[in-house]
Amino acid sequence: MTEISREKIQEYYHKLLTEAEKAGYHLNPDLDLTLELVKSLLANEERYGYQSCPCRWASGLREEDLDIICPCDYRDADLAEYGRCYCALYVSANATKENLSRPIPERRPSKEERKKKTEKEISHPSSLSLPVWRCQVCGYLCARKEPPDVCPICKASKDRFERFF
Amino acid sequence: MDIKHVEGRNAGKLMLYAISTCPWCRKTKALLNELGVEYSYIDVDLVPEEEEDKITREVERWNDRLSFPTLVIDDEEVIIGFQEERIRQVLKGKKQ
Ligand code: SF4
Repeated sequence: MTEISREKIQEYYHKLLTEAEKAGYHLNPDLDLTLELVKSLLANEERYGYQSCPCRWASGLREEDLDIICPCDYRDADLAEYGRCYCALYVSANATKENLSRPIPERRPSKEERKKKTEKEISHPSSLSLPVWRCQVCGYLCARKEPPDVCPICKASKDRFERFF
Repeated sequence: MDIKHVEGRNAGKLMLYAISTCPWCRKTKALLNELGVEYSYIDVDLVPEEEEDKITREVERWNDRLSFPTLVIDDEEVIIGFQEERIRQVLKGKKQ
């Protein structure tokens, strides 16, 4: 892994922490683990050009890894069900020690299942005057010709939106 | 393939599939080191592209979710994720 300076890690950690708290999310109070994950996110950004999930095997192709760019599409469901995201970078306010000491199952569908989903998305008959787009990170919905460049709620990039209706 | 070997006492054949950036994989390696057992590991994200398919199939044999860490013991038992207690338990029962 490329070496990333402590200052850079600290700085990025504080940025993530501020953003998380502002949006009602929480970073893991286990600082050693959290800083390690932050370092890995920065390392992946250097390596792949995007912050791929530290605990998953990235393909190196952005369009194949969109669902696992941090925060991944699976974070909110895992927070709701297990009190933490897959890596435990994000935790829910009432996460217990139990939640944090045991691994949780991988929610990301297999490569085949993901491919099927994309194929399904392409055919979308609709009687609405505008398509409805859904941010796959936070669930924000909007009806417009195209999704926004960045999600106004969670700042996820345009390519993280799916056509919902 | 870039499989690394760590020397230690023989507790059966241990093969760990890991991701180099994953703290839970690192914790698993640290635990195996602490237990002083002999094991092999591979950081799958560091294998050359032409070997990715081969290693994918190898991991999928044990864990169809292709998640990490995946620890295979004696080619028969698999522990997915950093399950500290379970790893300690299983290795305790293995030959010295
Ligand atoms: S939210 Fe958690 S599980 Fe998802 S990509 Fe980020 S660190 Fe990984």
